[in-house]
Amino acid sequence: MQPYIKHTSIAALMDRSNVDTDQIIPKNFMKKVERTGFGINLFHNWRYLADNITPNPEFELNKPAFQGAKILVAGENFGCGSSREHAPWAIADYGFNTVISTSFADIFYSNCFKNSILPIIVTDEQLAALMAEISANEGVEFTVDLEAQKVTTPGGLSISFEVDAFRKESLLDGLDDIAWTLKHEEQISAYENAQKKRLPWLWPSA
Amino acid sequence: MTRTMYEKIWDANLVHEPEAGSPLLFVDRHLMHEVTSPQAFEGLRLQNRKVRNVHSILGTIDHCVPTKDRFNIVDVIAKKQVETMTANCEENDINLYGMDSKQNGVIHIVVPEHGFVHPGMVVCCGDSHTATHGAFGALAFGIGTSEVEHVMATQTLQQKKAKTMLVKVEGKLPAFSTAKDIALAIIAKTGTAGGTGYVMEFAGNTITDLTMEGRMTLCNMAIEAGARAGLVAPDQVTFDYLEGKEFAPKGEDWPVAVEYWKSLVSDQGAEFDAVIELKAEDIAPQVSWGTSPEQVISVTGVVPSPSDFTNEVKSQACANALKYMALDAGQKITDIHIDVVFIGSCTNGRIEDFRAAAELLKGKKVAAGVQAFAVPGSFPVKVQAEKEGLDKIFLDAGWEWRDPGCSMCLAMNGDELEDGQRSASTSNRNFEGRQGKGGRTHLVSPAMAAAASVAGHFVDIRDWK
Repeated sequence: MQPYIKHTSIAALMDRSNVDTDQIIPKNFMKKVERTGFGINLFHNWRYLADNITPNPEFELNKPAFQGAKILVAGENFGCGSSREHAPWAIADYGFNTVISTSFADIFYSNCFKNSILPIIVTDEQLAALMAEISANEGVEFTVDLEAQKVTTPGGLSISFEVDAFRKESLLDGLDDIAWTLKHEEQISAYENAQKKRLPWLWPSA
Repeated sequence: MTRTMYEKIWDANLVHEPEAGSPLLFVDRHLMHEVTSPQAFEGLRLQNRKVRNVHSILGTIDHCVPTKDRFNIVDVIAKKQVETMTANCEENDINLYGMDSKQNGVIHIVVPEHGFVHPGMVVCCGDSHTATHGAFGALAFGIGTSEVEHVMATQTLQQKKAKTMLVKVEGKLPAFSTAKDIALAIIAKTGTAGGTGYVMEFAGNTITDLTMEGRMTLCNMAIEAGARAGLVAPDQVTFDYLEGKEFAPKGEDWPVAVEYWKSLVSDQGAEFDAVIELKAEDIAPQVSWGTSPEQVISVTGVVPSPSDFTNEVKSQACANALKYMALDAGQKITDIHIDVVFIGSCTNGRIEDFRAAAELLKGKKVAAGVQAFAVPGSFPVKVQAEKEGLDKIFLDAGWEWRDPGCSMCLAMNGDELEDGQRSASTSNRNFEGRQGKGGRTHLVSPAMAAAASVAGHFVDIRDWK
């Protein structure tokens, strides 16, 4: 996994709540056996007109000012619904590495960390202030510093955010979390051996 | 110290809690389907890692399967997903109820049919509706594909402990109200984010009166309330359902297992982080009117207006939904006309669901211009329904009687709404475009869907003839 490094990037505004993973990547585009190439279909049904090719000029992310954005600022309960990791794959493939909202659905939130995406939870007031700054100056660049757990803006906002220490470390270092878990092989084997005695019917008979 | 059922399952499955890092939770059962697993197998191959406990996995093919002419998968990429799943399971010696198995069907229908999930287990699957298996008192939740790979390689998940919420429903359900209506009523109360960060335990005499099928329908939709998982305490109903099934404990193991399962229920006086209560008497048949499962109202109600919501976000969501759904505020729910009716899915694709629908369809005909199709959740459900003659009732009423699959719940297999079409659907999500781009979905119970197919619009089945 790619390490997450401090960056200053365009922040795109998506003033919608309950953006579900069916919107992030509609099911017609999940039929792939690879992890890549989903970006072109990110928000497909909102992003393109009926011909499925022409960008919908009404859709916020199609605004010229938001092109090249790495930060997505969106309304509450982002990523609800289906567990599809295709959603964060599409977000990362499109070019975002940070999503800021007041809340995220659980599965989406943990999927982000597996894909070098930082989901940042802020308060209602902080979100309103970030959104207002983008609205007033589309194309504005925010700075995200995971090390310091801080988002700063040219308008003078400085927002501290919480993130689990282990997830933070994993993102910063680009850790392979399977490798991390396998360092605990001894404990896993011990658990399995104990379970074979405790609940023997769960294991194939030798 | 008293503990909730969630805390007991957590404690029993905790492998290790390092000082720095993440707790590791042992995974007892891993369920698999063709859409969210191929990249995980590829990940294992690239790292030269092996599947740790093959016996913990059960797979099926369900999302991409056509429900008519099922072996003729026209979509080339869908076909590749099916072939990849089959090959991956063969290569790793994984138990797969594949395309040509008589046991094939929707993963969350198939797994309980074989008694593969027991109380107290930690169960996961690359599918949010894994919550279904909470009906057995198992901690069951959806994961992403990276975690699917993690479970295959390590048999564990890096997990943070969730908060607990008790959802208590007491009293006798009104006639024709079902577990689906309870689920929708709960989500209407909590909102789709109300359960975020929580594991919900459903309790109260209304819940214990439910059959296993009903409990599965209820837990299935815990995810639509945002909950990590839903749980129902195991009891005699659970044990009777499991006894004798293929993967259930046998012989002298059985009484030992039952004793263990009984010990898992929440202790008297155990504390929950949140409690909500509903009265069963208040739960009339429900219909969703919007584009989120929280946008739900009783069949006797009217479509709300944005001004009915004091919360600005919900008010805006209502306005957006009315526009997408082409509905007017104040319109009676029973005046909403539908084009397509779908009965099936991991929410309502079990035998009980087809019985309830058939009861209303007997001697009736589908309204002119309405297309209606029934998709049993699995081949065993289909066979059982046919044994009972339910297929005849559906066919005589002008319904199509299809083969199993996820079908129009998420419309990946070619069964989908056309732009602007409106459905009465027994599935779980009414998101924009979920059943086809521009399609408009109303979530209901099987009986409500059946009646709507005959009337051509929603009806209050309690006084419908």
